[in-house]
Amino acid sequence: MSGLPDPRLPAGPIADAWRRTSEGLPLISPLRRRQMTVLVVGTGLAGASAAATLAEQGYRVRVLSFHDSPRRAHSVAAQGGINAARARAVDGDSVSRLFADTVRGGDFRAREAGCQRLAEISSAIIDQCVAQGVPFAREYGGTLATRSFGGALVSRTFYARGQTGQQLLYGAYQALMRQVAAGRVELLCRRDLLELITVDGVARGAVCRHLLTGALEVHTAQAVVLASGGYSNVYFLSTNALKSNASAIWRAYRQGALFANPCFTQIHPTCIPSGDVYQSKLTLMSESLRNDGRVWLPALAGDERPPAAIPEAERDYFLERQYPAYGNMVPRDVASRRARELCNAGHGVGPGGRSVYLDLRDAIAREGRETIEARYGNLLAMYERITGDDPITTPMRIYPAPHYTMGGLWVDYQLMSSIPGLFVIGEANFSEHGANRLGASALMQGLADGYFIAPSTVTAWLAGHPTPAITDDHPACREALDRARRRIAALLQVGGRRPVDAFHRDLGALMMERCGISREASGLRAGLQQLAELQQRFDSELGVPGSAEGPNPELDKALRVADFFGLAQLMLRDALAREESCGAHFREEHQSAEGEARRDDANFAHIAAWEFRGDGAEPLRHGEDLTFTALQPSIRSYR
Amino acid sequence: MTSRPTDSGLAPGSASRGSLSLNLRVWRQERPADPGGFQSYRLEQVSADLSLLEALDQLNEELIAAGERPVHFDHDCREGICGSCGFLVNGQAHGARAATTVCQLYLRQFTDGATLTLEPWRTRAFPAIQDLVVDRSALDRLIGAGGYCSVNTGQAPDGNANLVGQELAASAFATATCIGCGACVASCRNASASLFVAAKLAHLGQLPQGQPERQKRARSMRQQMAVEGFGSCSSNLECEAVCPKEISADWISWMQREGR
Repeated sequence: MSGLPDPRLPAGPIADAWRRTSEGLPLISPLRRRQMTVLVVGTGLAGASAAATLAEQGYRVRVLSFHDSPRRAHSVAAQGGINAARARAVDGDSVSRLFADTVRGGDFRAREAGCQRLAEISSAIIDQCVAQGVPFAREYGGTLATRSFGGALVSRTFYARGQTGQQLLYGAYQALMRQVAAGRVELLCRRDLLELITVDGVARGAVCRHLLTGALEVHTAQAVVLASGGYSNVYFLSTNALKSNASAIWRAYRQGALFANPCFTQIHPTCIPSGDVYQSKLTLMSESLRNDGRVWLPALAGDERPPAAIPEAERDYFLERQYPAYGNMVPRDVASRRARELCNAGHGVGPGGRSVYLDLRDAIAREGRETIEARYGNLLAMYERITGDDPITTPMRIYPAPHYTMGGLWVDYQLMSSIPGLFVIGEANFSEHGANRLGASALMQGLADGYFIAPSTVTAWLAGHPTPAITDDHPACREALDRARRRIAALLQVGGRRPVDAFHRDLGALMMERCGISREASGLRAGLQQLAELQQRFDSELGVPGSAEGPNPELDKALRVADFFGLAQLMLRDALAREESCGAHFREEHQSAEGEARRDDANFAHIAAWEFRGDGAEPLRHGEDLTFTALQPSIRSYR
Repeated sequence: MTSRPTDSGLAPGSASRGSLSLNLRVWRQERPADPGGFQSYRLEQVSADLSLLEALDQLNEELIAAGERPVHFDHDCREGICGSCGFLVNGQAHGARAATTVCQLYLRQFTDGATLTLEPWRTRAFPAIQDLVVDRSALDRLIGAGGYCSVNTGQAPDGNANLVGQELAASAFATATCIGCGACVASCRNASASLFVAAKLAHLGQLPQGQPERQKRARSMRQQMAVEGFGSCSSNLECEAVCPKEISADWISWMQREGR
């Protein structure tokens, strides 16, 4: 590839640009659609909504999922809600305000045309979900209820108790199952994508592995849509479900798809910390707890007394001390960094000194135990269940955890990657969240991509590229099959005794330390060195029991973790190359005297898009410049 | 809720902390056609702060290091929302604790030295796959048989075109929280999917959006239940007792009037 493909940004003012663009996209007759197959990988919000909609439009759709059912996809775990700008006179919200919040939230590292489109589509998403029977919360009068979320000044977050993702996913899942039952979607569960098939540089299908038989299958299509989610599990411990992985996007990257902003990963400050080496998961606790909880640590480093034995004068309410104006309500990244700093300085509490207290004591004294329990009842019960501690009588322990990845495969305005015919939607693409995603915007983006954008842009692609079907024994398919077979054989042949999870834990600890809440050049370089050493051990000591036939969850994991190793290296490189602090990417060298992030718009107001150039060769970093016409970059401050 | 504290292995009181040892009797079955059988393992001094699935992770690492095939179980989110996990713990679906998926069972709830018998859902409609893993795709086909509102993308009217009162919205939500884990089926002596189907019919049947297809949906989903080999409701309410989302079996009675 030479340089960066045209991002196909709309001409003219960004307002209404998507309507203008979509009205100009070519269409395909219903008769011809029936002869075209689209392969969709993943069944979360983006994948299920895209697959259902494409099938409704008459395409033959084939869907791959690694779960036993599409309803398991990790979108199901999203709690808070979904943003939408549905302007009402008294509220003052508008499309332009949601647009501005998204651009500012992303710290001016997203395309403004994409953010504008999200805001414009957002209202139609709510209509669609309501029509599917999604049981959104309602006002007394029966209209849709909203709440404010993530520091937004307007109330624009639609929700279904604390299970909004679940309910939206079930809406999309049910729409998908309707098409499956009608014979328009072929649903293939328990399949992992192992290789992308390209013919003359155009995406034409995928090789996947049947997770129960071990059989390798070839699925060809006229277009491929990746909706395979994010890569927070590169950190091993994250809020993501355990099987969430980067293999589909990583394999596409190795076939030539550019990978954008891999170092933009979001850390959520209020999660239940890890305790034991075998802990497999960090569970998210709603940020709303920071409304009433006070965050503190022992003022004395190494203080091992139980929290009740530490007198008031020896407690450091460090967020209130450092940010008198915002106190415990500072943004996610700021809260996470300050917690990490103090834990590194020996003030941390709990196992390994890796957590901070979130204390409801004063709120209970002020408002009464009943009020606090009514406000946070389900959260407190969840905390008690997981930790065994009663948060009413003893402070909760929390610590930041990887939660969402803004980076992903580079796509143009039509959500097509740099491989023609390969579309990437949802968290899998690098999309509109810039360097930091706003709360309740992930669901909005996944469904905007799946219900509304990809169906029309995939149609436009197919209209202009009526490629003939290829057979499963096409040389490109055989070549992709061979690549998959060789990788499986290599993992099984290592013959060591160290389980893949042990390597994944080491990889996660390395990435959390070097490329997590805070990054700096020497640490990133050291991380690259450590990663190479760990990779060598992985290649020589890995133990994968069993064979390539039949169910083999250890082989499934080994294939995914091998891909995480590659991605980890790209993340470290990207973090090293981005010599600025922006959004969730904090470089210690680039901060103000007060410790705030210092963005460098002169040199880094661009998207970094990495090109794979072969094993052992340095990947090439392309820059797509960002221009802002509707909103000029500004600097945030919380002091 | 039926709780059986004597054979549940549950520890009295709350947090035990520290570590404990457990005897695990795990159903091992390599292939669907194999007879399968219980295999015993001992976990020595594992952290009481681990979940039961994390203890199985630990057991599996020990098995791999010893060159043995690890125990296969379905799981994913490990926070009780995806519905992937599910097996019997001492005869009870998802274990003895109420309103809990098996991934949210923590070891501190068990007594030191307890024996936990782990076995898969056993019902004709969920064919065995391996160890604790079964095939629950019949539940997806039940949804495909009408568990939706037929509205294509782009056809939706304004979201506020139909008003829905708060109580009705909350009631519909309560039935919509079913995670499709299959515990209700596995706990029913007739292997009925009545609670699963009733929950979906009640979710959509209570909302204005679900009215046009309400009767057709009920008939079609009930018919599919029979096709998939699920039995009829046994009326012993075990489904409600094991449901991790506490969906009320009253909806099964409600369902009897639907689509007739």
